[in-house]
Amino acid sequence: MLQYFLRRLGMVIPTFIGVSVFTFALIYMIPGDPITIMGGERGFSADQRVELEIMLGLDKPIWQQYFVYLGNVLQGDLGTSFVTRQPVLSEFMTLFPATIELTVCAAIFAVVTGLTLGILAAIKRGSILDHTVMTISLAGYSMPIFWWALLLILLFSVNLGWTPVSGRLDVLYWVDEVTGFMLIDTLLSDEEGAFTSAVSHLILPSLVLGTIPMAVIARMTRSSMLEVLGEDYIRTARAKGLSKRRVIVKHALRNALIPVITVMGLQVGLLLSGAILTETIFAWPGIGKWLIESIGRRDYPVVQGGLLLIASIIITVNLLVDLMYGVVNPRVRHSK
Amino acid sequence: MTQATAPKSVARKPQTPLAEFWSYFIKNRGALIGFCFIVFIVLIAVFANFVAPHHPHEQFRDFILVPPAWAEGGNAQFWLGTDGVGRDILSRLIHGARLSLLIGLVIVTVSLVLGICLGLVAGYFGGFVDVTIMRFADILLSMPALLLAIAIVAILGPSIVNSGLALSLVYLPHYIRLTRASVMTELNKDYVVSSRVAGAGSLRLMFITILPNCLAPLIVQATLGFSNAILDMAALGFLGLGAQPPLPEWGTMLATAREFIQSAWWVVTFPGLIILVTVLAFNLMGDGLRDALDPKLKQ
Amino acid sequence: MTETDKSLLKVHNLSVTFGTHDNPFTAVDRISFHVEQGEVLGIVGESGSGKSVSSLALMGLIDFPGRVTADELRFKDTDMQTLNEKARRKITGDDISMIFQDPMTSLNPSFTVGNQIMEAIEVHQGGSKKERLAKAIDLLRQVGIPAPESRINNYPHQLSGGMSQRIMIAMAIACDPKLLIADEPTTALDVTIQAQIIELLLTLQREKNMGLMLITHDLALVAEAADRVVVMYAGQIVESGPASEIFKAPKHPYTQALMNSLPESAEGQNRLNALSGVVPGANDRPDGCLLNPRCPYATDRCRVEEPEQLGPPGRQVKCFYPLDESGRPTV
Repeated sequence: MLQYFLRRLGMVIPTFIGVSVFTFALIYMIPGDPITIMGGERGFSADQRVELEIMLGLDKPIWQQYFVYLGNVLQGDLGTSFVTRQPVLSEFMTLFPATIELTVCAAIFAVVTGLTLGILAAIKRGSILDHTVMTISLAGYSMPIFWWALLLILLFSVNLGWTPVSGRLDVLYWVDEVTGFMLIDTLLSDEEGAFTSAVSHLILPSLVLGTIPMAVIARMTRSSMLEVLGEDYIRTARAKGLSKRRVIVKHALRNALIPVITVMGLQVGLLLSGAILTETIFAWPGIGKWLIESIGRRDYPVVQGGLLLIASIIITVNLLVDLMYGVVNPRVRHSK
Repeated sequence: MTQATAPKSVARKPQTPLAEFWSYFIKNRGALIGFCFIVFIVLIAVFANFVAPHHPHEQFRDFILVPPAWAEGGNAQFWLGTDGVGRDILSRLIHGARLSLLIGLVIVTVSLVLGICLGLVAGYFGGFVDVTIMRFADILLSMPALLLAIAIVAILGPSIVNSGLALSLVYLPHYIRLTRASVMTELNKDYVVSSRVAGAGSLRLMFITILPNCLAPLIVQATLGFSNAILDMAALGFLGLGAQPPLPEWGTMLATAREFIQSAWWVVTFPGLIILVTVLAFNLMGDGLRDALDPKLKQ
Repeated sequence: MTETDKSLLKVHNLSVTFGTHDNPFTAVDRISFHVEQGEVLGIVGESGSGKSVSSLALMGLIDFPGRVTADELRFKDTDMQTLNEKARRKITGDDISMIFQDPMTSLNPSFTVGNQIMEAIEVHQGGSKKERLAKAIDLLRQVGIPAPESRINNYPHQLSGGMSQRIMIAMAIACDPKLLIADEPTTALDVTIQAQIIELLLTLQREKNMGLMLITHDLALVAEAADRVVVMYAGQIVESGPASEIFKAPKHPYTQALMNSLPESAEGQNRLNALSGVVPGANDRPDGCLLNPRCPYATDRCRVEEPEQLGPPGRQVKCFYPLDESGRPTV
């Protein structure tokens, strides 16, 4: 298993370097040169230009600039926002908890609902339940997520008034930001009703964001279960006189879930890009909304830094998922 | 009487691959529905100019935010109502179909062709070339599709062309991987070896000998890729990064519709609905293709 | 031995059908047989003969859309057809157990072999973990696995084919079954291992006085190991009787053809004696006797009328013209 771990780890490094090269190169892909871009509307004088060039190291050959960039990145310096003049990394860290909270809730919804539906559909193959689940799942990943959000807002917020339209918390509550996670912070604060408000604000966005992953997980679970249920060892388990529940829960699920875990890991990337759309619609103050706004404001360091950070997170999560797969799959666990 | 009894059923003549594929495909009702719908919408897109009752950019100043024809206050002239500047929604949807299908076709074609070429080269030559190409693919894959597309469009500037380019790049690694995997499986098979022994050159081997046998999963992926292209294109349009107004791209229509969510539900509902239905059709057809091209899976 | 009230297993007119209403497929067509305590019944047939499906039907492992019907399906004193699911499961794995053809895929890859054996014990006999562990180790010893204390914690992928089959056997005898069904137990194994496994099965059978149903296409094996034999073709039983008699003087043309197709029978010849044609599939079952398109002795009557079982109980043939001692059909 150690070999497996090391190999996976080894593959991460060149990927990360490649991503950093890409984000580094982004600035150079913009029409115009970096200093003009930085100058924005006012522009710089000729002397200022020369000064900036030396300061930013733009007089050095490009590969050297890359290594400076990489060095900065590894030390945590991802540049400074043109707009707020704050370090990109610290802005990211401030806004990231909001996205995590949303993503985690969406993921929980997706996993719980998806697994349940998938397992039920597989056990009752061919039944109406099965067809319903498959249809829901198909609709789920054919859905434009932003439209689904608007539809749900229309139905639940505008027409029924059950859920709020945007934001994380009702304006009348003021809560100290201890962890950055609204669910925890509202519990810690003394404000009555704040926690309920936080929860009600989370419902629609989590539902919307989790819809596509749920659909994918349901499908994958169903097909994986069906495959496992057709295996010889299931026949053996039944031949031993085991109850149906035991066969499914102990023998089938254990093996069926292994490929599903990999799929779940891949959903993280989907969740983060979905978060961008979801946050925009629900005015959720996370990194997705931040990224989109920065694009509109031509705040390139933020775009560059944000992309690098998000990509790094996804690479890390994929690595963790692969490692977890190695632990869960006994064939890998017991190899050298 | 010594006539031999014929066995109960007459042995059927073996079908051609195409006929066999088609008979599997038809059995899948969903796939058939999807296919019919796609044909329908392609026809609408092609003949948009004749089918649409109005010009998509024409603003009827007297008919702003008119509800659909069957609702209160609706008007028979505008079946699905009008938007915030008085444009007929139905006509815009119809012309939007042309846009979406066309751009989807371009995106899929570009990434498919490039992906096949790179995948063939990687799988066939192996070694350093393979490693480089796969690294490149892995890097692209490590970033979520939409995010990457957004980044590229952010840099190049928002427009329908740049979005198309960005999405083509973003989907590329899927086709590379798929092709490479197929090529590597086929490479050791006898028919390839015998062609090589007979003296076939690399290009011929790659494109004429090996490629036709790798097509099945590629066709499935391309169909599903079409639905992704439509969804992602719409997402970019919604974010203001794709087709720019007044182009009647379905996603862009939704971006401008947001402000009317409380006052004019039809401006929000119909563009999204048509996206859903179209993508659904492509997914159904893609699933049907996958099942029909690999009958083993079905059983 | 003939069928009696004390028979371990009595089966009358067992049928298994698959497929839809318009396109039914009869995998097993009204077969009747019995197994006595302590005897080895060999079930011989090619693939497509329905021998495996019959055994699955006995174990209650045929799922929808398959349908199992029988006039009688009796295990000892119990009418299996009146049992509800829970009662059926009590017998399964306990009084009747089964081992399958491919041991490598028949064990759950995610659990240790010890876990899987102990599970069988837990479900039917209970006992503390310690007791079950001790019993499991003892079972491994009984099936001839060296160093059972360490093997018990192995995962299936760490074992060879022969070892895996021994584990399967250990699991099957864990609850001291009265009847053991072995479906092609050695087909997937190497030749040298095959003999060992058969030896093990027969030894256990003798020691525990179990009834053993040995399902196989290997005639030589059946000739050696079985007390009585049942020959199946395309879902029907075409001949049954004591092993010694059947192989010395087969009465059904199909049995004769099976014997002739053994390489030993073709010594001195240039070609093997193969029966022409193939086993009928789902859609080309002929009228009359199922063998008639391939049978060298077929007459018009064979092509139209389905033969009944002829002969005394204990030695039956499903043929109008059973072969005599010299191998020629009686007219």
